[in-house]
Amino acid sequence: MEIHRKHLSDFLSQPDDAMIICRCEEVTKGEIRAAIHDGMFSIRELRRFLRCGMGLCQGRTCERLVKAILARELNVRPSDLDDASSRAPARPIEMWMMANEVFWHG
Amino acid sequence: MAEIIVVGAGAIGNASAYYLAKSGAKVTVLEKDSCIGNGGSSRNGGGVRQSGRNPAELPPVMYGVRNIWPGLSDELGMDIEYCQEGNLRLGKTEEHLKILRELVRDAEAGGLAMRMVDRAEAREICPFLSDEVAGASWCPTDGHANPLLVTLAFYRAARRLGVDFVTGAEVVSLRKKRSRVVAVVTACGSVYEGDGVLVAAGYGAGKLLRTAGIDVPMAPVLMEMLVTEESPPMFFQMLGAAMSDFYGHQTKHGSFIFGGTHGFEPYTDSSRLTGTSIAASNTCRGVIGYFPVLKDLKILRTWAGVLDDCFDHIPVIDNPVEAPGLTVGCGFSGHGFGLAPVAGLLLSQLALGGSPALPLDRFKYDRFRAKARSGNT
Repeated sequence: MEIHRKHLSDFLSQPDDAMIICRCEEVTKGEIRAAIHDGMFSIRELRRFLRCGMGLCQGRTCERLVKAILARELNVRPSDLDDASSRAPARPIEMWMMANEVFWHG
Repeated sequence: MAEIIVVGAGAIGNASAYYLAKSGAKVTVLEKDSCIGNGGSSRNGGGVRQSGRNPAELPPVMYGVRNIWPGLSDELGMDIEYCQEGNLRLGKTEEHLKILRELVRDAEAGGLAMRMVDRAEAREICPFLSDEVAGASWCPTDGHANPLLVTLAFYRAARRLGVDFVTGAEVVSLRKKRSRVVAVVTACGSVYEGDGVLVAAGYGAGKLLRTAGIDVPMAPVLMEMLVTEESPPMFFQMLGAAMSDFYGHQTKHGSFIFGGTHGFEPYTDSSRLTGTSIAASNTCRGVIGYFPVLKDLKILRTWAGVLDDCFDHIPVIDNPVEAPGLTVGCGFSGHGFGLAPVAGLLLSQLALGGSPALPLDRFKYDRFRAKARSGNT
């Protein structure tokens, strides 16, 4: 769907803007809302702009919250928004382990 | 006021849009993805590197490092994490050092200050190197920046200058009027018309340009990268190896970004942006071989991207004579990020019919000549 990126109404602060949404990277609701008003209209752009969802848990905790905030600011349904992608490894893994070329049988 | 349609909202498309708007043009940027900068612009290693380049690319990349990169955070109104702490390209064997000496010789011929350093000096520059490192090439004016932020900073600044951005708008054909390329048609059937069209669409540019009879010989090549957990500041040089088995740097945030080549790149499936089974482990072996101290760092994420690898591995930055109205920037072959700001500037100048800040003869579309020549005997 072609979406013309309109400018949103002016950013107005809200009482709970100081609330931390991304715990890994300590990104607040206010920072996320301000970035949306600055033109970051997708989960991926928000991640790349603010690092929310880029920490140790890779957004497992906060992605739904970020999506809800984005949907509300853009006045769309959360289901209308694309998710960020999940990538290997499923859990953080040491470089030496990833580097291992040896096959262990049994 | 000229009106330009830009195809592609990556680093180069956004930079083009920014400089066009700054020159007073009316600009619409069309992006096929739902997200700005979701191609190579947000999947690369962030190198702002002059060393190790094709000599043809030295003038524009050196122009960018002298005139654009140092002031880019101020110009765009946000920190793009530009860090100019040099590039070390490491070698362990005499064969490696021979490759590095050739790179230094080519750089010097192009006027770039670069030299070989021995084992001791390399370790002075970066104390965390493996004892096996025998020497390195050293370019002190190289560096890196955050490609995610550079791409979005140009987008944000362009938007503030009044540029219109449309996402989900996949351009499927170029349209001529009185033999000038002035309009595009999207997959949804929308038509966007202006006074000219600027295509900065990476590998996707190939298929699109063919609709106007322009054939740029490019191949898609899948490249993969990884990012580690954050670590206290260790070193801020851009790093690489003679055999390109790894490259990367530590970011301002503290995590390390690494990529590498494994040798099978042309034979992987680039139609899906999914990692192969070989790349991440190959890169880890490359990194640990030069930086054993990093072996316990945890990898948080891996990802893949596609290069628009041109036949001669340098880009097309041109107004092809065959298609008046059309400005082309593609085929950056994996060197596009460091060139993005200057490429955007040059493309904006071409699109407005002005004279570009630098000669662009080496990047012309007419350099591609098929084997058989007329009049051959």
